[in-house]
Amino acid sequence: MKRVSVDAVSAYFGAHKAVEDVSMVIEPARVTALIGPSGCGKSTLIRTINRLHEVVPGARIEGTVHLDEIDIYGESIDPVLVRRQIGMVFQRPNPFPTMSIYDNVASGLRLNRVKNKDTLDSAVERSLKLAGLWDEVSSRLNNPGGGLSGGQQQRLCIARAIAVEPAVLLMDEPCSALDPISTLKIEDLIHELKERYTIVIVTHNMQQAARVSDVTAFFTIAGAGEPGRLIEMDETSKIFTNPGDERTEAYVTGRFG
Amino acid sequence: MPKGKAKEVARAETSSLALQLSKKRRITGDAIFANLNRASGIAVIALLIAMIWFVLSEATPSLRHYGIFSFFHTRWAPSEASLASSSPNPYGIVQFIYGTAIVSIIAMVISVPVGVGVALFISEVCPKKLKKTLTTLTELLAAVPSVVYGFWGIAVLVPALRPAAGFMENTLAKIPGVGGFFEGPFFGFSILAASVVLSIMVLPTVIAISREVFSTVPRDHREAAIALGGTRWEVIRTAVLPYSRSGVVGASFLGLGRALGETIAVTMVIGNSVLGISWSILGQGATLASVIANEFTEANQPFHIESLFVAGFALMILTLVVNVIARVIVARMGAATGRAS
Amino acid sequence: MTSPTPSGSAVVAEWAADSNYRARRIKNAVMTALMLAALAVTIGALAWVLIYVALQGFKYLNVGFLIKTPPGSPAKGGGGFYNGIIGTVIIVGIAFVVAAPVGVLVAVYLVEYGRGRTAATVRFLADVLVGVPSIVVGAFIYATWVLNFGFSGLAGALSLSIVMLPLIIRSAEEVILLVPRDLREASYALGVPKWKTTLRITLPTARNGILTGMMLAVARAAGETAPLILTALGNDLFTEYNPLHRMSTLSLLIFHNATTGFKPAQARAWAGALVLIIMILSLTLVSRWLSGRRERTMGGAVK
Repeated sequence: MKRVSVDAVSAYFGAHKAVEDVSMVIEPARVTALIGPSGCGKSTLIRTINRLHEVVPGARIEGTVHLDEIDIYGESIDPVLVRRQIGMVFQRPNPFPTMSIYDNVASGLRLNRVKNKDTLDSAVERSLKLAGLWDEVSSRLNNPGGGLSGGQQQRLCIARAIAVEPAVLLMDEPCSALDPISTLKIEDLIHELKERYTIVIVTHNMQQAARVSDVTAFFTIAGAGEPGRLIEMDETSKIFTNPGDERTEAYVTGRFG
Repeated sequence: MPKGKAKEVARAETSSLALQLSKKRRITGDAIFANLNRASGIAVIALLIAMIWFVLSEATPSLRHYGIFSFFHTRWAPSEASLASSSPNPYGIVQFIYGTAIVSIIAMVISVPVGVGVALFISEVCPKKLKKTLTTLTELLAAVPSVVYGFWGIAVLVPALRPAAGFMENTLAKIPGVGGFFEGPFFGFSILAASVVLSIMVLPTVIAISREVFSTVPRDHREAAIALGGTRWEVIRTAVLPYSRSGVVGASFLGLGRALGETIAVTMVIGNSVLGISWSILGQGATLASVIANEFTEANQPFHIESLFVAGFALMILTLVVNVIARVIVARMGAATGRAS
Repeated sequence: MTSPTPSGSAVVAEWAADSNYRARRIKNAVMTALMLAALAVTIGALAWVLIYVALQGFKYLNVGFLIKTPPGSPAKGGGGFYNGIIGTVIIVGIAFVVAAPVGVLVAVYLVEYGRGRTAATVRFLADVLVGVPSIVVGAFIYATWVLNFGFSGLAGALSLSIVMLPLIIRSAEEVILLVPRDLREASYALGVPKWKTTLRITLPTARNGILTGMMLAVARAAGETAPLILTALGNDLFTEYNPLHRMSTLSLLIFHNATTGFKPAQARAWAGALVLIIMILSLTLVSRWLSGRRERTMGGAVK
């Protein structure tokens, strides 16, 4: 498990500044939730943590991000290897459509040249068990991943992400495309996973942030076209009961956004 | 945790994190792959330049010998060529340019209205169940090889055109002004036969692109017209056609580009008359493409092959111009409707 | 219709009496009839060609046609187009092997790497290349290859590969573009480099669509005649397996036999035309079936 420190990060899409001057420290073994109205840059920010922001044409960042002591934007650092340390789960479940359930979970290891069958077997079983999916799919590992329900697909994607044993797990609104029951299952899963991973979750659902996170960071924008900023970050209980900033209070009490 | 896994994890933890993330740990497959891709992209550009260059350079000896402008007359008589004399130039190509143009234009005059009609029927009128079948059928038209169309033209179309040709030479030929285009005698193998075969061959192109264009008409345009109580035709006239006019023009130009270069079917039914222009569509003619296909393997006169390359170069430039115009029209339409950008 | 006073049938009667409405109805009917006529002409032409070829072709088509070569004289009956069938398979096969990887690489360049002016130029020229007449392509290969190494099946294959290339590029580009960005990002997020993501995730996801485009390109190339006259030349009487020698194809044999004027030769040409059409139509239909499957797998990916 590793600590992530974001220092003075601004993120751009071409000339448009999407995130301005964000600094925050994300502690290991805790769940950090990023909340705020849509367009406030929270998704963009977590994509700077695994250097996925820069794969969008024209996108770039200023500032630095450290994984423990290492500057992941440092000159000698390979972004591909950074992403091996920092896993991600996306807004919509996106299992690889050409692959079976087994192959989906094994894909990260296989594509990183792990070939040993026993290693793969045990990693798949362990990851699916951690993701709470093993009992549901163990008898049909060779079926296509696309055949599962939406909630199962998302847990499959979580299993895929943790199979490569990352130090940090980023979740970008992982439940936004799911029904309430699947959402609850994912939230339970997050509770279990936080003992093993540093977890950052972006959500637009405040109840969810209150339920799953230990620390909450509130982002907002001053207006359309303005960059998103971090307003405040604190223990979740404090943010929801006694926030330091009136904008945060307006948002969490539902008066805004 | 199984043994193999534990070992891997242990190994990962012993090496320092900085070393793990260092660029040196990975061979730069990305750079190799990216360059391979870029090289093949640039090869496409190089290919087109090379085509223009090599076709022109094969034509050059003849262009040098006779002079560029001496090709602009209507008689092609290779047997009169000699190495010694450069005048008169026996290789006139204007009749081929005329033949190429007239055959393609007649083909388009037939196939654009028919093709647009079929496309409208498929996209606006026909029941959903039939759509796929009809689309497949019209696409099969493109699957029939050129040489088969040509053979069918020889065996079936040429005799079948006799009554129509009779009507033309007896009736249309008497119309003052345009009568000359329909004068007899009808040779069977003729500009008319080539045009009709060609019109069938470009139909699938016109249908496919028009259909695509009609499918981009926004639903609410149509629904607005329907809500006003329009008949089906009025919906097409007020909502569909105005929206897709430039797309249909682009489709026609693409069909034209295809028609200009069509070779074998035309060669088989046009009669290959190279000695002058036949203004009548009932007469025989030749196109830039057909003269190449017809004479290439037997070209044995001085500057014969080289002059065929002159025709080839003219054909290439002609089709390039038409295709570029077509693509610009289609691209502009794409930009205007916010599609395919 | 919402008018409250007259009964429904009265309204209809009133409308029907309205000459303006009737004129509109008639115009609609006429236009619909014209569209139907256009459709009838199109389907009629297709049926006329296919049925005529089938009738003429089946008269002569038999097993011997598929395994024998033509007799020495066009006036003599018997024999078959074995040399042409073999030639088509070899030449189109080589053309495919050349064009398919290059076409996919260019498509990958356009979607995954192409930015700015170079990519726009490549895309535009690929479109323009579709419109270059195949006989000009043949002339190009004649000027670059045949003049140096002589007529050969390989030269024919090279010309057909240029015919196929832009078709493969554009169809592959279209389907690779349809692969959801999410899938690529999921792979990147697992620490997979871009080249491996492209080869192992993106291309497999687009596989059916790419194959569809390739099969249509093969179908198109198999029917080509014009560029082969200038490159493979033909070898009407003998079976040639070595692509470094001049070779015949089905299309060349049909062309030569159809234009001789001898009935027995033309009978062979009809049978050849039937074989060629069956080959090409089955490729076309299989590719349509594949593209139907593509919609399903891609649909699963987008969902």
